[in-house]
Amino acid sequence: MTRQGTSFSPLWQLTLARLRGFFREPSTVFWSFGFPVLLTVALGVAFRSRPPEPVRAGVEQGPGDEAVASALRGRPALEVDVLRADAAQGALRTGRVAIVVVPGDPPTYRLDPTRPESRLARAVVDDLLQRAAGRKDTIGPREEQVTEPGARYVDFLVPGLLGMNLMSAGMWGIGYVIVEMRSKKLLKRMVATPMRRSDFMLSFVLMRLFFLAVEVPVFVGFAVLAFGVPVRGPLLALAGVSTLGALAFSGLGLLVASRARNIQTVSGLINLVMMPMFILSGVFFSPENFPRAMQPAIRALPLTALNDGLRAVMNEGAGLAAVAPQSALLAGVAVVSFALALRLFRWS
Amino acid sequence: MSDLAIRCSAIVKRYPPDVLAVDGLDLEVRRGECFGLLGPNGAGKTTTVEILEGLIEPTSGEVEVLGQRWSSDAPSLRERLGITLQETHLPERLTVEELLRLFRSFYASGREVAEVVRLVSLEDKARTWYERLSGGQKQRLAVACALVGDPELLFLDEPTTGLDPQSRRQLWDVVVDLKRQGRTILLTTHYMDEAERLCDRVAIVDRGKVIASGTPRELVASVVGREVVEFEAPQDGVREADLHALPGIHAVRRAGTGWALTVDRVHVAIPALLDHLEARNVPLAALSTHRATLEDVFVTLTGRRLRD
Repeated sequence: MTRQGTSFSPLWQLTLARLRGFFREPSTVFWSFGFPVLLTVALGVAFRSRPPEPVRAGVEQGPGDEAVASALRGRPALEVDVLRADAAQGALRTGRVAIVVVPGDPPTYRLDPTRPESRLARAVVDDLLQRAAGRKDTIGPREEQVTEPGARYVDFLVPGLLGMNLMSAGMWGIGYVIVEMRSKKLLKRMVATPMRRSDFMLSFVLMRLFFLAVEVPVFVGFAVLAFGVPVRGPLLALAGVSTLGALAFSGLGLLVASRARNIQTVSGLINLVMMPMFILSGVFFSPENFPRAMQPAIRALPLTALNDGLRAVMNEGAGLAAVAPQSALLAGVAVVSFALALRLFRWS
Repeated sequence: MSDLAIRCSAIVKRYPPDVLAVDGLDLEVRRGECFGLLGPNGAGKTTTVEILEGLIEPTSGEVEVLGQRWSSDAPSLRERLGITLQETHLPERLTVEELLRLFRSFYASGREVAEVVRLVSLEDKARTWYERLSGGQKQRLAVACALVGDPELLFLDEPTTGLDPQSRRQLWDVVVDLKRQGRTILLTTHYMDEAERLCDRVAIVDRGKVIASGTPRELVASVVGREVVEFEAPQDGVREADLHALPGIHAVRRAGTGWALTVDRVHVAIPALLDHLEARNVPLAALSTHRATLEDVFVTLTGRRLRD
């Protein structure tokens, strides 16, 4: 008949209910923990470091073609084919060769200047033909080759995937679950009890923090062991930025769920919020690729701040102080979205 | 302290633009009684109950529950009420025990989880996931969730709708048990037999208003008489006015292809009816009698059946 100690704390019971619901649903466990690891493996394999590919050049049949071809042959960086005029044209159009040389005096280079490999081929071909024609090199530079962990694509990719995962987990794990509870009238049933509404919301945040403590070590640990991805900054900074990111996206998850009455609506809202960030916030490629005018807007997105912060810590060895601007932005998003969600929330 | 558990007067709930769900409804429920709100689907029962539960705000009207008001005393009222909604899906993969522990945690004081499990006879299912319970077990669990706070007043909104007869009877046993403990219960139903069996008093609700109230026995006696006599005879052989003129007849209405008479004294009415038909040479195809029920009350008052 009386209160039975702390095991009856409503916040703890609500959090426990969340955790149980999660771990008893194998598919959500996979999406949260297994999927990011699989994605890293797939992308890590696709973008693994490879020896440079040779450039392919075509020489159009005609008087003098053998002289040109033999001047170009015998270099590992270049493959040369002698082709009939129409075949050479086709090969250039479909990208099988990067350049076509039409023998003559002077020879003609046929290429598409918007293709980087064509510009590379032009430089190589021109160099070889000029030398064959008697040009002498005036200096002989030495070459040092460097491939270092931290500068590879996978090193860029892993922090981005971690950020993306923190975002999706917050948005789907909270937004979707809450709207499902609303559409099944479970929210209404719960506000018919003396439950404190803030306890209910906090239980979702606590759940996210629990998962964070599993997700981040599993994912980062895997990337370190399998790909040698470096973590150059202090682990505390990594934990701090991840936590703030998780809080920001928990807040946004609560916010998108605050009014929606059914799953379709909230799924649309979640995609609407996440899609621009997938593209703009530097998950797979640097946001510097977008025009300068867009940069202030891109910098204001929470996923950009999270990815920048994670990359600064992992790739550049930044400490907590160095990622203060990103941390402040994430904390701000968290606070504002929580406050708004509490105000807007529809319980029935 | 007032001996009324619920008092509400002239409550109105309007949903713009033109739905009037509750249209000036008055209700008094005494402490310790089991009160039934009866009516067809869409009569406004659930809206009324949810206003009383503080889940919906009425457009106008006064509501007092356990001597308190929702506007000023909501937190304390929530501690004193137990509620089942018409439909709730609890989290699929939590066990009976876990769910009850969760709901118990919301109340400052209440009952032991094991005790509540016993009350609704779910001991065998205490460690079963919600999704694996039958409809009747889910409904009993919903009642259990309403009981963990040891409420003074219990709301049950259509507790047996959609259940098979055996599950209904099991749920009735739970309610009878609670009545015996002297708890105040307000339940809604569109099953008249349920109301007759469980409720001390009932109010019949139609189109957002109470159209009759009292004990089931009083209502039946005052509105329709004690017995209903139904018979079938060729339509053209019988005139309604002649039937009214027979002794002991309370009311006359068409019932399908025949007639239904509500009567106070069946031993007077039936011989008179038979004499009447014989005198007019009308063949009698079928004749039956049953005790008048709340269903007959509803049909008499509204001209419609409850579940159309």
